[in-house]
Amino acid sequence: MQWETVIGLEVHVQLATRSKIFSGASTAFGAEPNTQACAVDLGLPGVLPVLNEQAVAMAVQFGLAVHADIAEVSVFDRKNYFYPDLPKGYQTSQMYHPIVGPGEVEITLEDGSTKRIRIHHAHLEEDAGKSLHEDFHGMTGIDLNRAGTPLLEIVSEPDMRSAKEAAAYLKAIHSIVTYLGISDGNMAEGSMRCDVNVSVRPKGQEAFGTRAEIKNVNSFRFVERAIAFEVERQIELIEDGGSVVQETRLFDPDRDETRSMRTKEEANDYRYFPCPDLLPVVLDQAYLDHLRGQLPELPADKRERFQNELGLSAYDANVISASRDMAEFFEAVHSECGDAKQAANWVQGELSGALNRESLSIANSPISARQLGELISRVLDDTINGKAAKEVFQALWNGQGESADEVIEAKGLKQVTDTGAIEAMIDQVIADSPAQVAQYRDSEPEKRGKMIGYFVGQVMKASRGTANPQQVNGLLKEKLDALL
Amino acid sequence: MYEKTLTQLAAALKSGEFSSRELTAHYLQRIEKADGHLNSFISVTAEQALQQAEVADNARASGNAGRLAGIPLALKDIFCTQGVKTSCGSKMLDNFIAPYNATVVEKLNAAGTISLGKTNMDEFAMGSSNESSYYGPVKNPWDLTAVPGGSSGGSAAAVAAGLVPAAMGTDTGGSIRQPAAFCGITGLKPTYGRVSRFGIIAYASSLDQAGPLARSAEDCAHLLGVIAGHDGRDSTSVARGVPDYVEGLNAPLSGLKIGLPKEYFGDGLDPEVEKAVREAVKVYESLGATVREVSLPHTHYAIPAYYVIAPAEASSNLSRYDGVRFGHRCDNPSDLIDLYKRSREEGFGEEVKRRILIGTHTLSEGFFDAYYTKAQQVRRLIRQDFLDAFEDVDVLMGPASPTPAFDLGAKKDPVSMYLQDIYTIAVNLAGIPGISVPAGFVGGRPVGLQILGTHFAEAQLLNVAHQFQQATDWHLQRPAFAEEYA
Amino acid sequence: MALEESHVRRAAHLARLAVSDDQASGFVDDLSRILDMVDQLQSLDTEGVTPLAHPLDATQRLRADEVTETNQRDTFQRCAPAVENGLYLVPRVVE
Repeated sequence: MQWETVIGLEVHVQLATRSKIFSGASTAFGAEPNTQACAVDLGLPGVLPVLNEQAVAMAVQFGLAVHADIAEVSVFDRKNYFYPDLPKGYQTSQMYHPIVGPGEVEITLEDGSTKRIRIHHAHLEEDAGKSLHEDFHGMTGIDLNRAGTPLLEIVSEPDMRSAKEAAAYLKAIHSIVTYLGISDGNMAEGSMRCDVNVSVRPKGQEAFGTRAEIKNVNSFRFVERAIAFEVERQIELIEDGGSVVQETRLFDPDRDETRSMRTKEEANDYRYFPCPDLLPVVLDQAYLDHLRGQLPELPADKRERFQNELGLSAYDANVISASRDMAEFFEAVHSECGDAKQAANWVQGELSGALNRESLSIANSPISARQLGELISRVLDDTINGKAAKEVFQALWNGQGESADEVIEAKGLKQVTDTGAIEAMIDQVIADSPAQVAQYRDSEPEKRGKMIGYFVGQVMKASRGTANPQQVNGLLKEKLDALL
Repeated sequence: MYEKTLTQLAAALKSGEFSSRELTAHYLQRIEKADGHLNSFISVTAEQALQQAEVADNARASGNAGRLAGIPLALKDIFCTQGVKTSCGSKMLDNFIAPYNATVVEKLNAAGTISLGKTNMDEFAMGSSNESSYYGPVKNPWDLTAVPGGSSGGSAAAVAAGLVPAAMGTDTGGSIRQPAAFCGITGLKPTYGRVSRFGIIAYASSLDQAGPLARSAEDCAHLLGVIAGHDGRDSTSVARGVPDYVEGLNAPLSGLKIGLPKEYFGDGLDPEVEKAVREAVKVYESLGATVREVSLPHTHYAIPAYYVIAPAEASSNLSRYDGVRFGHRCDNPSDLIDLYKRSREEGFGEEVKRRILIGTHTLSEGFFDAYYTKAQQVRRLIRQDFLDAFEDVDVLMGPASPTPAFDLGAKKDPVSMYLQDIYTIAVNLAGIPGISVPAGFVGGRPVGLQILGTHFAEAQLLNVAHQFQQATDWHLQRPAFAEEYA
Repeated sequence: MALEESHVRRAAHLARLAVSDDQASGFVDDLSRILDMVDQLQSLDTEGVTPLAHPLDATQRLRADEVTETNQRDTFQRCAPAVENGLYLVPRVVE
């Protein structure tokens, strides 16, 4: 039987506010346990929540970026359950009237094709604390620093049909929230977390199959791997005559499998009801217009512009626009050198390679966009050749010089285009290589092309790489052929 | 000294008749002598009170004393007080020393008042008789076999017995007005949002409101002026200017339109109480007010609606008492569930458990719409009843309670206890202000006249109550207890 | 809507309240009477009435995004039943 996979994602994005969603405690990552948990975060008796305006603004910005309806009136509800990392015994969330209504995100697949994924809604809520399971005499330790950090939970429609689409969707969300600056998107630190709903159905069937929810899928790679495993598991199960149970499963990246979470004795009953400590959040058109006016150019717009106006390939445009930092770096390089294709090649090639090797983000690149743009300009105006350019790049990367020109000057990498100087070098090489010249002369004419490489190499070596390779080639051929 | 109202004491302190230290010592001495019979205090903070009094005296000496500086007060044990046990009448919080002050406490401190201690109350403010307190029942100083009302029973009894000039309480379904009525004092529940709830241990967040219990409307006016106002730490507190509540007390009442809700004079109302209330209304007529009957047609749905909404909110509000970060924790929990279940079983009393269970049940799957959504719809209808009535009349009047104070132990059945709040509970659902003023006695036990106004009509209510107290002396009556025991 | 003991047990579990068998039957009696009283609501036609969650028609005010709280861990943990290394301790949580 042919199976079709149906996937929906719930993405939790920690919003990059300074203070918590309902208190004035800091949201900074990595503090000593419970030093950033104030009375409100701890749920001490008598304390009350007051909503952070920036959390609201960030949620609205996201909504605008995904062309969603922004709720004129949204309401916070309480989701009631007991857990040690949930101090009040309820999570303040939005169940019935979320701040962001239906919207959509365009994803780009590897082959350059695009697809629209609908957003069901996005709502604001508070993050929980952390349970630390190291052994405290058989006890668990609770750190509530994270409790109350604002989260935007983005719930997609079940519109994805493959693990690749799910990963592309997650990347698209990541791009949008980092472009907007509403989250640092750091998945390793838990700033962005993902639950995946997966089901399978016979191809052509309209009704959805029973879904499993996979928790703890916290990297782009894991999303693909978890889905791949889960799809195979579900298909095998059904084909063996079994049926999928609606349940929560945990992805274990070490074993590359999903497994059922210990089923609770009974289904949860969260008893949602409107939080009486918070009032309806009412947003007017002027406020929305104001935020809309502040939106940056978004990844999809940039991608389109890179393709249509700068002539980048769909692939290049997609890769470069995925990260706002990379896109802006690229744009700065481009404005310096004026050649989009070259700028794209260098940013994706030499620069990305070097950054990856040293695990640096582009924001921390030792080479500035201006330096790289100037370097490319020197290639374009034939001041240096490609080989020298790599040397200049390395020197700038290592901080040996302020600008490409300075490095070129200091290292004497300026390309030699003076025909006389190149001819002198060629004559010397020919004089020093009687055996090779003889070989060249005795060869079949069609094999001579290959043999010329040796002489080019010798000349380039003699010029310490600065001779213009095209010129060297042309002159060598003339001079060798003259010896025939 | 204790015979004086708060207003008179403030004048005496100002004129130098006695110092705050002398006054504070006087009341501390009365508490010491008499409270063994009443059980109206959970904690007495004598040392701190005397220190505060000294600060107030010094401030007065240097000319920096505010209107209420040096006046001793008591706080219901639901207000968080920094460094002082804040139990909410519960074993759950018997060991809880609050690390911060409620906004009300901050405002009172800033005004220079003195806190003598924390008064007894129904556990987590759930009760109408003060019998659900972990610290034992409070007795009514008018009759030690009677309840003082609840949940602010300790505050009401202490004021009535002259152990403190005034006290702060909270009112979720009548918890200021009903004990004020039972103890023969004046108690004001302000409009929801008028006084900050920050630092007040929550029972039902959309209903809770703090207010004063004192000897007179004038005393209440002074106190409300101090505690009212917007607080950035309470999202439901209202950003609206605080009028001078004392200034308007003497406005004449000629032309005042009084409505008597016919539903407040029906079955279940003690005829003697009705008589006292109608006598009081006659006093108003003599002051130039006109009286007409009005209808609040959904009155009888108020208690059912309240017993969905309040327990629902309470069941959630009380989830934080889990034995992890503060409060009672059971010994040797075997696992997490055991920690939760036993800590809460041991820490909460019967009435609190009942309300947690009711609230949990009515919010749970399959019941939510039939109970919670329905109750909220009814809540709107109840509020609309009042808004409609206030289109026609300025204030509403009726009894604060269908009977005078009942005997300790008389109401064993929870529902019969709940029905006591028939005249007070709708007011909280609607969020409007209400005041109870003494209006006579039935069998030696006080009767309270309840006066209701529209949202933010506190100044008018206080004016209307004050004029009554200028024409009558019910509020000046003292129980014999005040003389005999203290 | 009749209340059964299973309802009380379920509510007690959701609310994390230990309830003994004796207590359970007492709660069934009490809660049944309370719910009978509450059931008067069902006789009222509320078709089309918008539920009222707050007594005032006020809207949420927003707080500026500023860090106003300082570390008070020691103060807050003074009233905690079990702490170690700044962490609150609970019986081992099994995931």
